[in-house]
Amino acid sequence: MKGFESVIGLEIHAQLLTRSKLFCGCGTGFGAEPNTQVCPVCLGLPGALPVLNRRAVELAVLVGEALHAHTNTSSVFARKNYFYPDLPKNYQISQFDRPLCSGGHLYVSDGGKRRRVRVTRVHLEEDAGKSVHLDDAGGRRTLVDFNRCGVPLIEIVTEPELRSPSEAHALLKALKQILEYTGASSGNMEEGGLRCDVNVSLRRVGERALGSKTEIKNLNSFRNVERALEYEIERQAGLLAGGTAVLNETLMWDAGRDRAVSMRSKEEAHDYRYFPEPDLLRLELKGDWIDDVKSRLPELPEARESRFVESLGLPPYDAAVLCGRRALADYFEEVARLTGEPKSASNWIMTEVLRTAKEGATDEFPVTAANLADLLTLVRSGRISGKMAKDVFARMAGTGETADDAVSRMGLRQVTDVREMRTIVDAVLSENPKSVADYARGKKKLFGFLMGRIMEKTAGQASPTLAESVLRERLEGVREGDANT
Amino acid sequence: MSVTRSDVEHAARLCRLEFSPDELETLRGELGRILEYVEKLRELDVTEVEPTLYGLAGSTPLREDVPGEDTLAREDALAGAPDEENGHFKVPGVL
Amino acid sequence: MGICELSLREMGSAVARRKVSPAELVEAHLSRIRVCDPTLRAYVTVNEAECERLARDRGRQSGGPPGVAAPLNCIPIAVKDNICTKGLRTTCGSRILRNYVPPYDATAVSRLRDRGCLLIGKTNLDEFGMGSSTENSFFGPTRNPWDLERVPGGSSGGSAAAVAAGMAAAALGTDTGGSVRQPAALCGLVGYKPTYGVVSRRGLVAFASSLDQIGVIARTVEDTAAVLEAVSGWDAWDSTSARRGQVRARQTGEVGKSGVLRVGVPWGFFSEGLDPDVSDVTRAVVSKLEKERWAFEEIDLPHAEYSIAAYYLVADAEASSNLARYDGVRYGEREGGTDDLWEMYVRTRTAGLGTEVKRRVMLGTYALSAGYYEAYYLRAQKARTLIKRDYEEVLRRVDLVLMPTSPTAAFRLGEKLHDPLAMYLSDVFTVGVNLAGLPAVSLPSGYSRSGLPIGLQLIGRAFEDQTLLEAARLFEQVVALEARTPAGLKGLLESGRGGA
Ligand SMILES: [Mg+2]
Ligand SMILES: [Zn+2]
Repeated sequence: MKGFESVIGLEIHAQLLTRSKLFCGCGTGFGAEPNTQVCPVCLGLPGALPVLNRRAVELAVLVGEALHAHTNTSSVFARKNYFYPDLPKNYQISQFDRPLCSGGHLYVSDGGKRRRVRVTRVHLEEDAGKSVHLDDAGGRRTLVDFNRCGVPLIEIVTEPELRSPSEAHALLKALKQILEYTGASSGNMEEGGLRCDVNVSLRRVGERALGSKTEIKNLNSFRNVERALEYEIERQAGLLAGGTAVLNETLMWDAGRDRAVSMRSKEEAHDYRYFPEPDLLRLELKGDWIDDVKSRLPELPEARESRFVESLGLPPYDAAVLCGRRALADYFEEVARLTGEPKSASNWIMTEVLRTAKEGATDEFPVTAANLADLLTLVRSGRISGKMAKDVFARMAGTGETADDAVSRMGLRQVTDVREMRTIVDAVLSENPKSVADYARGKKKLFGFLMGRIMEKTAGQASPTLAESVLRERLEGVREGDANT
Repeated sequence: MSVTRSDVEHAARLCRLEFSPDELETLRGELGRILEYVEKLRELDVTEVEPTLYGLAGSTPLREDVPGEDTLAREDALAGAPDEENGHFKVPGVL
Repeated sequence: MGICELSLREMGSAVARRKVSPAELVEAHLSRIRVCDPTLRAYVTVNEAECERLARDRGRQSGGPPGVAAPLNCIPIAVKDNICTKGLRTTCGSRILRNYVPPYDATAVSRLRDRGCLLIGKTNLDEFGMGSSTENSFFGPTRNPWDLERVPGGSSGGSAAAVAAGMAAAALGTDTGGSVRQPAALCGLVGYKPTYGVVSRRGLVAFASSLDQIGVIARTVEDTAAVLEAVSGWDAWDSTSARRGQVRARQTGEVGKSGVLRVGVPWGFFSEGLDPDVSDVTRAVVSKLEKERWAFEEIDLPHAEYSIAAYYLVADAEASSNLARYDGVRYGEREGGTDDLWEMYVRTRTAGLGTEVKRRVMLGTYALSAGYYEAYYLRAQKARTLIKRDYEEVLRRVDLVLMPTSPTAAFRLGEKLHDPLAMYLSDVFTVGVNLAGLPAVSLPSGYSRSGLPIGLQLIGRAFEDQTLLEAARLFEQVVALEARTPAGLKGLLESGRGGA
């Protein structure tokens, strides 16, 4: 690795959240029985023709705009020709030299450094079917399910300007966040909603020309992307150090064996023979149509994060965590708005909520923003203590009850009445005459001890501020009485 | 423009066709003659000419994102399948 | 003259007025098919059972299904076998699809069904529409009813032969480079190729997507218009279907009434090397029309000589991709006996596709492959622009362009089969129209010395199909060609009756 730097580019495919497929009316639901969401169009039957899904175009433009890319008013669909059993027409309808969006960027934070990475293009294309490869008593065979075939994807291509595997990971994280914010895609890598191919090459530090690169496909988790890049950089460095040239080839990541294997075979005569898809005309978008889509763009994570810091006064770290998922940031904002206390809302969410809700998934979290806000208001008004509130919160998270219901079901209330508190404090003082006497002699530390006794006696239900003022009043009284006798 | 044997072999590989050595030679001759004929297009100055890529002018129509009624029952989807297993299309192993 | 020789309109009104029952009409055609088709081989599949059943049902109803009226109710229409018919096999004349049964109807087919038509059968064609003689079919060649030793033209040769022999009242064909007009010309029929986008391509098995268009072959212009009215019009299932594509059968009478019809003739383009019979017919027809206020002028189509070159590159490039789906995975014939996927693909396609198809797929693949795209495909699409512009400019000055449909009358079976380039060159007058997306109609115009039909084509402005049909009607009236019974058919009917 010494003397070399790595140059990494990503090609990301994200499934768009549409109800029907890109070019036909088949459903896009996940997990249906094999080959039950197929029709003449997505099965590539003779004579069937594609018709473009409007929503898919809108979502793709939304992502393009979120990445600060330029939406082209005229783009062209192209056929990418290659044979594979999960590709029914043996060509994929994609875009080639005239993509939907071109040029763009996003910011990537890695190891405390924030860098702008350019996005080459964003285009629309159809997904392929799913192959299962079997080799058992039934022989070596491949079974194909076309349910996923024709599902709309956007392909996002970055410029080759990432410098490390961790930066690639950070870019994916940032991108996933943007996809989720725009509502264009779940960005869920594990369910296949987001897939990533990487290309990587090494060059001598200071050199400008790119070395020969390899492409690694089949990366289905953030971890695999990072791991595959680490592996490949090390492999290439080894080759170069030994004076061997790196072959321009496509590799397949084998996560099980933690290594990349070459896909080269006779099938690998890469010549996709792209040409404009004659079954679809040019996609012409009017400027005001694009503006209309743009106007539906939500506030994006970058902007939101800085607003949380600058206007709401949150620490940058908290803002970053809260903005990690759009739903979490929305949750926080709702609590902050209802309580008028962004900082305490943030503290609660950063600790209690994130400890309880899985991966910050507040969308289905039993404690709604309104309920959490009510709980915080109870604390603020002194009706329950902060300590009690944590128990109440735990109960709410388990049952989905409102704060009021949980408090009363738990039999919790705070002693806030002065006369009642005086009775309690008097009882504590008479049970601890020695401490009272020592306090009077100047052992001020005993104030805390007596407070503890009060809380003990009330099972924590005493309002600490009230208990403190009554105790002070009574102790002062004792000292006065002493002086009088 | 003469077509070489390896040009013909390359194209055959790309479109998954196979020819005997004799057929390949005949095809090389035929393709050569056709390509020689289409060479006449080189006489045209097309530097300023936009290609006509479509049969029709205009923008491609957009469909509403509504699941349609054209989805096939699985039996119909698989009706023409040369081989199937378990509701899947079956082919010789890929990997 | 029998029932099978009636025009579609005459048949329709005979059924409506109950002079002929639907069952009688169907039976007359089926029996004609039984007598003639073993020799002509116009049909790949005869839809006998369904037609008989529907005819019986219609006979019981009064006036046919609701909303269905003459002229199309109960009319037997043939459909080229590269147009999908639900539940009825659609082979494209290919071994690879010899048992393929589509699960859906082409839009044109479902529209015919809606009008009450009976799909009498699926007609033979050059495999996937690739050819000009209907000899390139897995099911063997179709013969021309005018001369059984000659080709009916192609690729819609089966449709033309079926209509010419009275085995259907009219037929759907497809025209990618002249495949409706040329067989119509060679079989003495009207062959109409609509403006690209007028008839939906949904269910038309693609050969070259940017050129393919479903057309009509019939005995008269009026019949042609009736079928075209039924099948034309916008279709949400085809992104290349035009909003203004609906054609009406009713004549407005506008054309030719308000003044002279201006017709351009590119004499310089087609005269050289033209068969003398075709040349004579062209001159004779022009002088007849001149007497009827058709004003002819010589026009120049400077890029027309490039149209064959541009056409074959564009068509074959698109075809190489369109035909990639025939791989033995999801439907069609698979050539098994191997556990290697690559080998399965190669065996299936090599055995399943015919020589001409393979030749074109190879040419198209080559023209698109790395390093050649710009020199071939892209340059051809640019030449296409120039060819299209020629027509657009000319059609600003004149209302129509007239020229022969085919340089010769029907040629002999086998005559051009082993010289692909010669076969391609016979499309020289038709392909330009497809490249330009224009409407064109081939009309019976005369006979050769040996009694073979000769056709001339009229080419109109894009989406002015209505005008073109009206002009064609005038042409038909003025030319007033004497009707003859095809000689080959006469022989078949005589021997068929003699044998029966
Ligand atoms: Mg892609
Ligand atoms: Zn579908």
